[in-house]
Amino acid sequence: MSVLVYTESEEGKFKKVALEVASYAKAVANQLGTTVTAITFNAEQVSELGNYGVDKVLNISNSELKTFNANGYAEAIKQVAEKEGTKVVILSSSANSKYIAPLLAVGLQAGYASNVIEAPSSTSPFTVKRTAFTNKAFETMTINTEVKIVGVSHNAFGLVETTGNASAENFSPSISNLQVQVESVDKASNKVSIADADIVVSAGRGLKGPENWGMIEELASVLGAATACSKPVSDLGWRPHSEHVGQTGKPVAANLYIAIGISGAIQHLAGINASKVKVVINNDPEAPFFKAADYGVVGDAFVVVPQLIEKLKTFKAQQ
Amino acid sequence: MKILVCISHVPDTTSKINFTEGDTKFDTNGVQFVINPNDEFGLTRAMWFKEKQGANVTVVNVGGAETEPTLRKALAIGADAAIRVNRAATDGFSVAKQLAQVVKDGGYDLVIAGRESIDYNGGMVPGMIAGLTNANFINNCIGLEIEGTTAKAIREIDGGKETLSTTLPLVIGGQKGLVEESDLKIPNMRGIMMARQKPLTILEPVEATAETTSVKFEKPAPKGAVKLIAPDNLDALVDLLHNEAKVI
Ligand SMILES: Cc1cc2nc3c(=O)[nH]c(=O)nc-3n(C[C@H](O)[C@H](O)[C@H](O)COP(=O)(O)OP(=O)(O)OC[C@H]3O[C@@H](n4cnc5c(N)ncnc54)[C@H](O)[C@@H]3O)c2cc1C
Ligand SMILES: Nc1ncnc2c1ncn2[C@@H]1O[C@H](COP(=O)(O)O)[C@@H](O)[C@H]1O
Repeated sequence: MSVLVYTESEEGKFKKVALEVASYAKAVANQLGTTVTAITFNAEQVSELGNYGVDKVLNISNSELKTFNANGYAEAIKQVAEKEGTKVVILSSSANSKYIAPLLAVGLQAGYASNVIEAPSSTSPFTVKRTAFTNKAFETMTINTEVKIVGVSHNAFGLVETTGNASAENFSPSISNLQVQVESVDKASNKVSIADADIVVSAGRGLKGPENWGMIEELASVLGAATACSKPVSDLGWRPHSEHVGQTGKPVAANLYIAIGISGAIQHLAGINASKVKVVINNDPEAPFFKAADYGVVGDAFVVVPQLIEKLKTFKAQQ
Repeated sequence: MKILVCISHVPDTTSKINFTEGDTKFDTNGVQFVINPNDEFGLTRAMWFKEKQGANVTVVNVGGAETEPTLRKALAIGADAAIRVNRAATDGFSVAKQLAQVVKDGGYDLVIAGRESIDYNGGMVPGMIAGLTNANFINNCIGLEIEGTTAKAIREIDGGKETLSTTLPLVIGGQKGLVEESDLKIPNMRGIMMARQKPLTILEPVEATAETTSVKFEKPAPKGAVKLIAPDNLDALVDLLHNEAKVI
């Protein structure tokens, strides 16, 4: 009966989203008067999950599932859900979770709501609120099936610490067919990804050319932030496509989004609107971004950004 | 190779989003509809397979008659045939079930759908089609090559990418990167004329029970005014971000 949550880890360590979905699962379990069971793959310090409301951890250490595989992971989660008699499965909005969720939905004959931003407003009927129209609206939706799958939006629910102990068990699923093989992975290990970042520093065509991104990267590094860009910047090849954010690029739901030399077109704003605090630096006071931002500096990026870097370095040194 | 490209018919990205009928329905008044951007990349990649490898390309939409101009546009871009399953797209699962039926009946080798639609953003239809038809599945697909029945694909992951191999039948959730923005195909006059002769078949839906139900919509609360900080007073910005917003 317990609420099942898929807690993602990397190199044995839990990601921040894992702690967020665990917190969310705890809230749902409280509503349903049940416990939380987490499922992890090859994680090490599983007891950490106890601090976020998890009662039991099922750790899967299967040699076939050492690296992510959507079919294999979905199959393992399905077997756990069936064994536990789970009625609610919680996942995140990471690329991997969104890959697994629809496969799992078919496997468990479960209704799936993605991009959910709040704990259910009711558990009968099971009612959740999600973003729709790329953050231009919210949708209230009921899940009608016996088993329900909820994909929680990044940074929407937050981390909720409690005191508790998570017991650990191992689980060995029987995996028949992985269907897709990973040949190689190409991942910058020293960079914060947009999906995982608390702060995102983003720049647009106002920067004039790729040679001017040094100060953007420096600002990001001072803040421990990820770098991003507007669509034309990636179309022009100034920055990789993976940095393109917006309605047709990656969504950003950071705590702080800093937009430099970005006009604030509707498609750009749609993708970054879920961020909590927005700062714009633009030399045109009429730029639409000023209507969407919390804080704004009207000024030349080439003057403002280097100064801001210095101020932040001083600030960080004092902390 | 038989390719099916799933086309979602969505409001243009510049659309203002409003609702009617007590905030239960999307207000289509004055809204222009387009091919979902992720599907445009997929359709152009399908055209590449047609031109280079002789693939046959069918486009499909689950929706009412109002989506036919969008399907005609896909035909004008170069698809060989179109199918419309005559059912309102009320929820992701019911749509996926219709599409899975089309895939089974048509014996398609490759199904190209988009990572997500920009209207309801379910991000679920391609994976569900794969699950329902027992096909292999690659999501967030930003590169795809096919030789015989073997596929090599690139998938975007958080913070990087992955090269994958698999076999047909295959479903992908595609996005920008499948082809470059500058390679996107737009209909020309000849294409538009030819599209009129191409078949657009209307199929009746199979039975499907909605697993989720949309109850109501709301728009985000209006935003308060921006706080402006003078460019020569950036200490104030650092202070606000630290003490007021508490984000650094
Ligand atoms: C179908 C479709 C989908 C789209 N999807 C996206 C999307 O997902 N994401 C996205 O970003 N865009 C998207 N766009 C593009 C969008 O409409 C805008 O064209 C784009 O966001 C503009 O990028 P920009 O702000 O970098 O450039 P511009 O609009 O050229 O703005 C540059 C800004 O920099 C400012 N500036 C110039 N010099 C300086 C300086 N020295 N210091 C400070 N500021 C300066 C200018 O005042 C201006 O406001 C989409 C468009 C379409 C048609
Ligand atoms: N009504 C529909 N008709 C055809 N294809 C659809 C429909 N809805 C969704 N799709 C496909 O599924 C993808 C993801 O949609 P969604 O799961 O709604 O985010 C879209 O990019 C389309 O390729």
